[in-house]
Amino acid sequence: MGEVFRPKNSDEVCSAVKDALSMKASLELLGQGTRRSLGRPVQADASLDLSALTGVQMYEPEELVIVVSPGTPMREISQVLAEHNQQLAFEPPDYGPLWGLAPEEGTVGGMVMTARNGSRRLSAGGVRDYVLGVKGVNGFGESFVSGGRVVKNVTGFDLPKVLTGSFGTLCAATEITLKLLPLPPEAATLVVSGLQDEQAIAAMTRVLTETSIPVSSAAHLPAETARLSRAESISARENSATLMRVEGFGPSVESGIEGLKKALESKADMLVLDKAETQKLWKEVTNASFFDQTDKPLWRLSVPPSEAAAIMAKLGKVLATQYFYDWAGGAIWIEAPMSEDAGEPAIRGALNSMVVGDGHATLIRASEATRALIAPFHPLSPVLATVEDRLRKQFDPQGMFNPGRMYGVRNAN
Amino acid sequence: MLMPAADKAIIARRKEFVAELRKIVPGEGVIDDDASLAAYECDGLMAYRQRPLAVVLPETVEQVSQVLGYCHREGVKVVPRGSGTSLSGGALPLEDGIVMAMGKFNKILEVDYANRCVVVQPCVTNAAVTERVTTEGFYYAPDPSSQIICSIGGNVAENAGGVHCLKYGTTSNNILGLQMVLMDGSVVRMGGKHLDAQSLDMLGLVCGSEGLLGVVTEITVRVLRTPETQRALLLGFSDVESAGGCVAKVIAEGVVPAAMEIMDRTAIHAAEAFVKVGYPLDVEALLLIEFDGSPVEVDHLIAMVNEIAKDAGAVSSQQSNSEEERKNFWAGRKAAFPAIGKISPDYYCMDGTIPRNKLPQALREISALSDKFGLEVANVFHAGDGNLHPMVLYNADKDGDLEKAEQFGAAILTLCVELGGVLTGEHGVGVEKRDLMEVQFTAADLDQQQRVKCVFDDQGLLNPGKVFPKLRRCAEGGKMHVHHGELRFPEIERY
Repeated sequence: MGEVFRPKNSDEVCSAVKDALSMKASLELLGQGTRRSLGRPVQADASLDLSALTGVQMYEPEELVIVVSPGTPMREISQVLAEHNQQLAFEPPDYGPLWGLAPEEGTVGGMVMTARNGSRRLSAGGVRDYVLGVKGVNGFGESFVSGGRVVKNVTGFDLPKVLTGSFGTLCAATEITLKLLPLPPEAATLVVSGLQDEQAIAAMTRVLTETSIPVSSAAHLPAETARLSRAESISARENSATLMRVEGFGPSVESGIEGLKKALESKADMLVLDKAETQKLWKEVTNASFFDQTDKPLWRLSVPPSEAAAIMAKLGKVLATQYFYDWAGGAIWIEAPMSEDAGEPAIRGALNSMVVGDGHATLIRASEATRALIAPFHPLSPVLATVEDRLRKQFDPQGMFNPGRMYGVRNAN
Repeated sequence: MLMPAADKAIIARRKEFVAELRKIVPGEGVIDDDASLAAYECDGLMAYRQRPLAVVLPETVEQVSQVLGYCHREGVKVVPRGSGTSLSGGALPLEDGIVMAMGKFNKILEVDYANRCVVVQPCVTNAAVTERVTTEGFYYAPDPSSQIICSIGGNVAENAGGVHCLKYGTTSNNILGLQMVLMDGSVVRMGGKHLDAQSLDMLGLVCGSEGLLGVVTEITVRVLRTPETQRALLLGFSDVESAGGCVAKVIAEGVVPAAMEIMDRTAIHAAEAFVKVGYPLDVEALLLIEFDGSPVEVDHLIAMVNEIAKDAGAVSSQQSNSEEERKNFWAGRKAAFPAIGKISPDYYCMDGTIPRNKLPQALREISALSDKFGLEVANVFHAGDGNLHPMVLYNADKDGDLEKAEQFGAAILTLCVELGGVLTGEHGVGVEKRDLMEVQFTAADLDQQQRVKCVFDDQGLLNPGKVFPKLRRCAEGGKMHVHHGELRFPEIERY
């Protein structure tokens, strides 16, 4: 790794990019570098360290909006929001411990650029639904503004959507505007023990399709994974745990939990967790903390919930795994046995045999060698791959930003 | 409004194009007689009209692909059209282009309750989705006021909103997948029945792109459980500031209602005269707040917000105790546009968005502009999401009135941008606000957006003349003047 640029403001980012352009140098974009393990390893000539662009530029709680510089630590943002009983509703996960790092590190720029969503994705949307505006510097060294600070905005193309989750391959963000929501004052979780995968997904689906109970998140931990929970009420039962969370004002939570009990009446073994236990447990689910004591390959699948149990049944026949479901089956976390290919052929094979185009598998944890060898992001259709290539060129003609972070050399075109 | 100069050579080849297009879409799928073409001359922005070269009504994705591929090879411009309800001229035809009308793509392809989604063709209407799933207790959240006729494809093109956006988001937050045909005829899928993007969020980029990036042929929308209860509060205030202040206090207390609407005095009086729903006439502003959820939750919130409203200076408060009462509260608000139509021969509805707390300032300045232009204005406001709909009253028969109304409108939108907002919250840029884009964006901002256009349509054949004030040529990558080894910016910290 060569030179490190450490700009202090947007103008200096432009200058750094123009310098890199003139030297035909590639740049690795970085905040604190805590999310480097996600995606392909980047081989760049120099680094563009954005961690000096920090601070909350504007926060208007009654407007539910905050404007931040990309290098602002997530911890700082969480604190500022908590003071006003507000939050980022998509529940940004903290995967640091999965990669052997300390918890609660990382910047908001990294959070937005890697766009990982927590358990509340089921009911509240994802990072992309909360990024209202992005200022950035493109690969021409030009600063541009996209989006705005209001939730209803159809003025021009919605570039913030495509910049969110672009892993720094389109621009260096210099300012980010986020939509906020109030923190729910109360929360509780209903735990059902002893369900098999298929029964659990059917139960969660029934609640979500046949009742109007505002379930904010729903997960199922098979017995083997439940055993790894740090919440004793879960691990001590030595059985599978199906979790449904209700959040909101006191009376709503109370009636929601009662409604859940009624809807699942035949499933006798139930337990209700209070607010404190609920918060602890869902942090664990959101962060996939069950797997932070190993360094085995870790995958996260995004699938139609109705196919989740069948995919795992199929996979179980060819690969021994530890796993759990979030998003009522829409997300599956899989810890695969250690191997050079991280179990990729088996996992993507099982997925592709069940859903065509309606899902994907992303490698969340693996050695650098493995991440260079197999595609951490699910291979794209040839047409989409071509469109993405062209899009990157229109933001970054020299392919200077985080080269190869998302996909390596294309076989399309 | 100046459209790009028509290409005479293309117009001269009209017969040839029609013959070729008929080979792709046989029978009545190609319209070229003047009488039938007249129906496609304009959309919901009726001040502008243009007869297209021809209209093609494809029935299959294959035909869409072949028609676009053919037009791409021959350099023929294409304007996609759904139900034609755009209020910004998004489907305004071109003299030297064809209209691709998607009316035959009107089927609901799949209802998938287990995955809470519905797969539709683009010309299924917004309301038809809800109608289809309502017996199972589901609905589709975005509710633009034209929902009984506007198409889902058009909703995607415009990222349509409605009155419930603060809580439920706009179209972009409620779709999961798309199939789209690009200008070169290639067919691409983005998203599906799963929640997260596989790679770049192309779905998010395409939504709201006003038909400039591709022709959508299939959409997977997310459907939600119908709330058990809906109830509304109707609060009167002696000034608009207090109404705006009440909205801020509600949010500060952690409440996100399903909808919050503010009407000013002119709008209240016009609406009351039109539908007689019993709106108080002695207030300066009405705030309508709707809550949805379980009965327990809604009761709790109504009590809570009633207290907040008292503190915020509400001079009157009514709560709906039946579905009929709730609908009554809404009837006036929903009739605001036709009601204004009653008191004025013509009106021009604007669509800027502002930060909610700038409402009092916005209304003061709009009132000053009203004096300046000598035209009356009525205001309705989606207070929950900051979307402002001032209606400029004018008389098209009066010489110069339309021009004055348009200038007034432009001044209002410029004001919205100055207050930290945007030109359009839900109606789209289209041709209507195209020339105002430079008020909100710099040349570099627009340049980056237009480079994105180049990704999908490098010859600029798809819906040209919309959204962007200036045409831009596409080049692979960009040209950068480089000076070898020269560090031009030595002031940056390096280590």
